[in-house]
Amino acid sequence: MSQKPQNQTGTSRRDFLKAASLTGAVFALGLPKSEILASPILNLSSQPGLVLPETAELTPYILIEKSGRITIMNPRPEIGQGTYQSVPALIAEELEVSLDKVVIRQTGGETKFGGMWSQAVGGSGSIRGGYTQMRKVGASAREMLIKAASDQWNVPVEECYAENATVVHKPTGKKLTYGQLAEPAAKLPVPKEPKLKDPKQFTMLGKSMPRPDVPLKVSGQATFGIDAKVPGMVYASIERCPVLGSKLVSFDASQALKVKGVQKAVKIERVVGKNHYEGVAVIASNYWAALQGRKALKVKWDHQGHDTFNSADFEKSLRDLAKSDGVVGHNAGDFDKAFADSPNQLEAFYETPIVTHSTMEPMNALAHYQPGVDSPGNKVELWVSSQGGDLVKDEVAKALKVPADNVAVHILFNGGGFGRRLTQDFATEAAMLSKTIGKPVKVIWTREDDTLLGPFRPMTFSAMRGALSADGKAVAFQHKVISPSIDATMNEKYDKTKPDGTMLEGTGEQKYEIPNLNTRYVNADIHIPLTYWRSVTSSTVAFAHECFIDELAHKAGKDPLAFRLAMLAKDTDAKRVLTKLKEVSGWNKSLPAGKGRGIAQWEFFAGLAAQVVEVSKNTTGGVTIDKVYCVIDLGTVVNPDTVKAQVEGAIAMAITAATKDGITFENGQAKQANFDANRMLRINEMPQVEVHILAEGGPTIKGVGEPGLPPLAPALANAVFAATGKRIRRLPFDLEKLA
Amino acid sequence: MASVKLTINNQAHTLDVDPEMPLLWAIRDVVGLTGTKFGCGIAQCGACTVHLDGNPTRSCSIPVSAVVGQKITTIEGISKNADHPVQKAWVEHQVPQCGYCQSGQIMSAVALLKQTPKPTDADIDTAMQGNICRCGTYNRIRQAIHTASAEMGSSPKMPKSNPKIGKR
Ligand code: FES
Ligand code: FES
Repeated sequence: MSQKPQNQTGTSRRDFLKAASLTGAVFALGLPKSEILASPILNLSSQPGLVLPETAELTPYILIEKSGRITIMNPRPEIGQGTYQSVPALIAEELEVSLDKVVIRQTGGETKFGGMWSQAVGGSGSIRGGYTQMRKVGASAREMLIKAASDQWNVPVEECYAENATVVHKPTGKKLTYGQLAEPAAKLPVPKEPKLKDPKQFTMLGKSMPRPDVPLKVSGQATFGIDAKVPGMVYASIERCPVLGSKLVSFDASQALKVKGVQKAVKIERVVGKNHYEGVAVIASNYWAALQGRKALKVKWDHQGHDTFNSADFEKSLRDLAKSDGVVGHNAGDFDKAFADSPNQLEAFYETPIVTHSTMEPMNALAHYQPGVDSPGNKVELWVSSQGGDLVKDEVAKALKVPADNVAVHILFNGGGFGRRLTQDFATEAAMLSKTIGKPVKVIWTREDDTLLGPFRPMTFSAMRGALSADGKAVAFQHKVISPSIDATMNEKYDKTKPDGTMLEGTGEQKYEIPNLNTRYVNADIHIPLTYWRSVTSSTVAFAHECFIDELAHKAGKDPLAFRLAMLAKDTDAKRVLTKLKEVSGWNKSLPAGKGRGIAQWEFFAGLAAQVVEVSKNTTGGVTIDKVYCVIDLGTVVNPDTVKAQVEGAIAMAITAATKDGITFENGQAKQANFDANRMLRINEMPQVEVHILAEGGPTIKGVGEPGLPPLAPALANAVFAATGKRIRRLPFDLEKLA
Repeated sequence: MASVKLTINNQAHTLDVDPEMPLLWAIRDVVGLTGTKFGCGIAQCGACTVHLDGNPTRSCSIPVSAVVGQKITTIEGISKNADHPVQKAWVEHQVPQCGYCQSGQIMSAVALLKQTPKPTDADIDTAMQGNICRCGTYNRIRQAIHTASAEMGSSPKMPKSNPKIGKR
């Protein structure tokens, strides 16, 4: 970071608030709580069709007040990945306003901002999907403002330009501010194909800019979902059976109701994909009382036979299933023949665990169901940390059977997402609970709820087969994934006879020039809910795929990186990334005894990155991770410092998944309930990270949030092999002591 | 219920709560200061860290009855304008990602620097190990602590790391 941080949120946001509280439209992330949460006008916010007095809406994303204040609507929730800066910056750059002069507000699923995930964050897609679209929004508004000025001055448009929220008439130096121009500009047609700026002219995009949410997050002022409050709200904690799939037989709340502050205990349903779970919600005047009341509940569950489910048996069933053929995903050449013909065959089996998202902010939602929700003005209103305003709106509308337009959603800062907050079970549950009890209610999950109840990242097992040619190149490669399916737990209509693209993610997309390639998927039934986890299936299958490439290199007697580059003759991004990584990691420099380095790359829907991990043997019979080098290929970068942060974070998350506990089931329930048993990487375990960004501009835009994750586990396992000669084929493994 | 007298950020509060209520929920739900976060409830993550007479303490695991008479400081109380050297260093290094753990991280760091004005990396490991950051901001936390230490004392400034952007 080279810039002085700007006080984006200080004056402008407070001023906005003052003005807004007069006009009756308030809502921005991170407003000082005293002002926002106690505000009686809060319930008017984001009402469909609400127009701010003296405000011109140039596009739904840009509001300009006569005073000159500019509000940018950000459709992409902030989950730590920097979209509170990067997405508004796309608009502001073209609009010719500095981001520290604008107010940023989060959209809440309103139809005018689009549906179908256009207000959601997932798949590393915010910049990939919005780069041109959001710039066009800003450019259209800029052209409208310039046109309005030229009309007013009666001069040609070409003689005018915009800078710093004003339009200037070049020959005379006359100026009009955006505030002065907003009203006439808003009456002009929105240009369909506005002229975008030449990237050479960018003042924000491509530069490491300070993020406007940072000052709020160092002062305790940022408002997360868990911090939201409305007048008259009550708290709830919900007892659900940790043996997933159990049915509620009965409950006795007599003791719970004796706890001071406890008001009620009611049955409530949680919907996750195709799974419906029952629970008992304890309602109280404060959260602590709700927790105490919950402890005092007596609940009878019928486990429906699920209490015998355990990881050891399930894993054995996956190993048995590995013998079946499965469904073909990708196929090139004739794997069977090439494999059979080769004298140099290799087979290996890899295993990965179920893991949790464990966002630091546990799941929670505040919901207010207003009776007569079908009458005008009445609605269901939610304040949530969620990865998608449109997702919350649709899911709640479906669950409560109300028109989607009657669902008002306030997306607050997310205390982590990682894919967990793409599933809206916590929001629909709170909305249904509010309807049941007739009050605004905030449901907060405990850490134990968050860990035990899923949805989880599925485990994947991989059966690998490969063969080498006489000159030591891979001629045949097969990756068979054996696992339960995310789609199958979400979708009733899942078709087992079709290849499952999500579970085979990336396996057919690597650029290695292997003439005979075959990928297969064998589905395993599971009753526990599964979902996307940062980098989805790439987070597990890349481990098998890239470790097996290493095994082939070893069998061929080749350097692992040279082996890979030899299979990358054509000019591809993968080749450029590996070539760059070779240089920056000092791959050819020898390491002292007791140290080793490993390499891996991974290309998938979200993007492309490669890593070198350096480890040294430690005194406990394990290894220490010393350093990780990462090259990430973006094509176009918006905020390099954010990219660096995302890669650092992805690496930390990948190390946890590869070397910590993961989730195992016994007697039908997860054995790990909190951070004591489901451990997370801590500061003393974090290696040095060096990030290199490849961004040469042009039309290619690749994702940022996820690609830093998949290469870590295989690069680490390959480094362990280099340092110790031990092959890691099962995750998690213990860094302290290698088995 | 009983009435409990607490001093939070130099302000006296009389709360009508169960004396067994953990300080965390009293601070968040009753006093209404929400900068202090709930992460685990069992003293494992540090998101709820506050100072009791200057010592970093997990507020989720101590009942209000046990803190009567002590000086309680929350993230809202460490500076008037978010300008404590630790907060400034956090902004300079752009430490937070989601930000949820950061109140606790900052409270631990402020306490560390009070005790050990020039911490080594090993000191930082020891003092900050109780604070989980699921977003993985650890390297920036370390750099920011060194920067704040330099700002508060006279030790040389840590070089800031910059991502390297290269042509491919
Ligand atoms: S919430 Fe107190 S340590 Fe985690
Ligand atoms: S910044 Fe997200 S948990 Fe630390």
